[in-house]
Amino acid sequence: MFEQLDLLTLQQYWWMIVSLLGALLVFLMFVQGGQTLFGALGRTEVEKTMLVNALGRKWEFTFTTLVTFGGAFFASFPLFYSTSFGGAYWVWMLILIAFVVQAVSYEFRTKPGNWLGRKTYEGLLFFNGLVGTILIGTAVGTFFTGANFSLDIMNHMTWDHPLHGLEAAANWRNLCLGFTVFFLARVLGLMYFINTIDSEAIRMRAKQQMILNAVPFVLCFLTFCAAIMVHTGYTVVSDGTVIPEPYKYWHNLWDMPVVLVLFLAGVMLVLMGIGLTIWLGSRKGIWYTGIGTVITVWMLFMLAGLNDSTFYPSLTSPQSSLTIQNASSSKFTLVTMSYVSLAIPFVLAYIVYAWRSINKVPINEAEMLDETNHTY
Amino acid sequence: MMQSDITALVDWSRVQFALTAMYHWLFVPLTLGLSFLIAFMETLYVRTGDAKWKHITKFWMRLFGINFAIGVATGLILEFEFGTNWSNYSWFVGDIFGAPLAIEGIMAFFMESTFIAVMFFGWNKVSKRFHLMSTWLTAIGSNLSAVWILVANAWMQDPQGMQFNPDTARHEMVNFWDVFLSHTAVDKFNHTVMSSYMLASVFVIGVSAWYLLHNRERILAKRSILMASIFGLIAALATIYTGDRTARNVARNQPMKFAAMEAHFKGYNAVPLKALGIVGDADKALRDYTGQDDGMVFALEIPEALSWLTNGDGKSFVPGITDLLYGNHTHGILSTQEKIRRGHEAQEALLAYKEAKLAGMPEAEQLRRPFEDQKWMKETFRYFGYGSYYKAGADDKAENVLAVVPPISMTFYSFHIMVFLGFWFTLLFILMIVLVMRGKVHKNRLLLHAAVWSIPLVWICSECGWIVNEVGRQPWIIQDLMNTTQAVTKIDSMSVVMTTVLFGVVFTGLLIAEVGIMLKQIKKGEDAQLEVSPKDGGE
Repeated sequence: MFEQLDLLTLQQYWWMIVSLLGALLVFLMFVQGGQTLFGALGRTEVEKTMLVNALGRKWEFTFTTLVTFGGAFFASFPLFYSTSFGGAYWVWMLILIAFVVQAVSYEFRTKPGNWLGRKTYEGLLFFNGLVGTILIGTAVGTFFTGANFSLDIMNHMTWDHPLHGLEAAANWRNLCLGFTVFFLARVLGLMYFINTIDSEAIRMRAKQQMILNAVPFVLCFLTFCAAIMVHTGYTVVSDGTVIPEPYKYWHNLWDMPVVLVLFLAGVMLVLMGIGLTIWLGSRKGIWYTGIGTVITVWMLFMLAGLNDSTFYPSLTSPQSSLTIQNASSSKFTLVTMSYVSLAIPFVLAYIVYAWRSINKVPINEAEMLDETNHTY
Repeated sequence: MMQSDITALVDWSRVQFALTAMYHWLFVPLTLGLSFLIAFMETLYVRTGDAKWKHITKFWMRLFGINFAIGVATGLILEFEFGTNWSNYSWFVGDIFGAPLAIEGIMAFFMESTFIAVMFFGWNKVSKRFHLMSTWLTAIGSNLSAVWILVANAWMQDPQGMQFNPDTARHEMVNFWDVFLSHTAVDKFNHTVMSSYMLASVFVIGVSAWYLLHNRERILAKRSILMASIFGLIAALATIYTGDRTARNVARNQPMKFAAMEAHFKGYNAVPLKALGIVGDADKALRDYTGQDDGMVFALEIPEALSWLTNGDGKSFVPGITDLLYGNHTHGILSTQEKIRRGHEAQEALLAYKEAKLAGMPEAEQLRRPFEDQKWMKETFRYFGYGSYYKAGADDKAENVLAVVPPISMTFYSFHIMVFLGFWFTLLFILMIVLVMRGKVHKNRLLLHAAVWSIPLVWICSECGWIVNEVGRQPWIIQDLMNTTQAVTKIDSMSVVMTTVLFGVVFTGLLIAEVGIMLKQIKKGEDAQLEVSPKDGGE
């Protein structure tokens, strides 16, 4: 089946899959956003326990999606993996540390003998929520704004900036995307709490926080979108040469009408979820904003990678810029993995089933106080 | 970059990988084995309705949860380290190595992370059978996670199913099944997971023995010891079998590593197996071209056993380290210097082709032809990595050949500690089964103490296995094709030092916390409010 497809189609197919994983990751970062809100929403220990446990049952999905996103990128576009991870060394290392400390914090937080104390683990969860989201957003920003690297004829990378990736934070557009992701994660986290926890007090406080976080999110997002639409990107011409193109991503939007329509639909869903939560007090806002987030982020990746674009532009050596064609795996590997990708709907189905089984009864105080339950 | 900088960079990158891998491996084998033991226990609960089995399941599940979280945390670093610290390697093999990692994520990690949530939080939310199924799927998912990374590791030791593409300057997969089902991959997976089941069994027996020594939780302890001993014994027998097969694979594909495992300096017929030994001056023995220096201070040997285990013939020849270094015409072994020359030829051919192609020269097509010539690829290109040690005019006995010898003492001692401890645990399982069946296990305090002390030993054994595997194959990151110097990311070594220290501090802090929590939970024992069912009478 997949053998019949040409290499470019397979490369596009895998760009879509990797992008979808990235989009799901951004949605699932409601866990990170929620982690930065324990102090603002939980006034008593029981309330805090409910908040921690609401996220504690989901953190592994985010974590696994991050790992799979990395693995899928390695498998389908190994030149990006070797170039960006090896070059933007410090950014990725800090992101990794932020996630390492998260993984244990839920399990260790309230256990006797945990050595560092409950507050430390809560601090680590906050650190993960703050640094993880902002740095991932900043790193993804370089898909549009570029990075400082060059490749030799063996495709060995040299990073041309002494800060090894931290310089990305000096670009306001990248930071703008970083804060977009941060505030979006907080908005999604608030909606998740509203949906999952049976506590009127928490819900009221979450609603108040919604306005405080939705406004900066929308402002950062619109600023970033405007910035990349007027940005001069790179395009690959027929002989493989990379040339600058003013308004590249604006052109991409109009050259790919499906992307344009889906992007706008995604944005509308995001805003609809926020509006329903703030003005109508709906508990279902997470689903609108969540689905909208996945679609919007997915389409942003489409803008970065398709239509003869360079999805990882090089600022110091434009001809070294990465495209889905020069960075991809061989046809054989893409075909093999495409068969594996057929399992994704099945995986999604059992995730949904298990999620519903655990979430069908909202978290409440009685459950937290029942010592026969496993609580964080 | 200057040579001294590169040496520091490679060394620190290796230290970092070793640190993170060894920390990760403190937690993974317990997860792999304990997940199945928990599944067995819960199955007994569901089948018999005996509430005591539920309490036992929940007790071990609590310890499993503490261990699982830190295993996940330390594993994240490893996956990304291939890119951050070994970027040239990532490109060189990404077409092959990346696929198993992606499949691992899609097929195994999601299964594990989805059903573990049901396993921990679903006791009062889903049916008994769905909960049991989730526990089994968590165990299967955890073990499937190990499949793909071990396939990738096996490929690095024994590259198969690929073809070099000079246009992209990398290896590309041409046969997935050769990668997935190579002898090395199958045996490596089986040996690794079976030894992990042994580790988890020793842990369960050791904790249970501690309870018996303190006259606590006797039902839990006895049932757990019996189940873990049976599971452990089956795993131990499988570990011995797969270990033997793995060693034969190593002898065939990585003869230098095999020789280092046995500190076998000079090859000859009817080679004995060193049951015990102390390695002497290895450097001197490596430079002894006469074969008189066996490199050992002392060795307790089993006659002809190494020849027999390697070739099924006690009189057969087993090459030693010096045969592999300086060549052995009688047995058709190429000298390392000759491999270096061929590797250099392959590297030069690739460079010439790439430069000609970039310049648009017409001879590029001619220069590409050797890469399509199977004979040249098989006889010359297969030593591509050796080319990095090239020195013009060097003869067979020049010093540059010594670069391909792994640390001999470390490999030898790690291998022997692993084997010795492995046999001790096998004996422990047998003794425990016999004593539990006779109802005397709680009376044999010496064995109970030995079981408790076996807990740290089983971790030493498991880590030694990985030291043999990874240190023994130095300097190669991909056997014969790429060494660590070629593979490393060219960044300043200070960045690697700083991240290594950072990981060292974070992981050590988390390990202290994990051990502290584990000990508290073990001291706490079963939940006090849980009643013992009438079926558990007699205690």
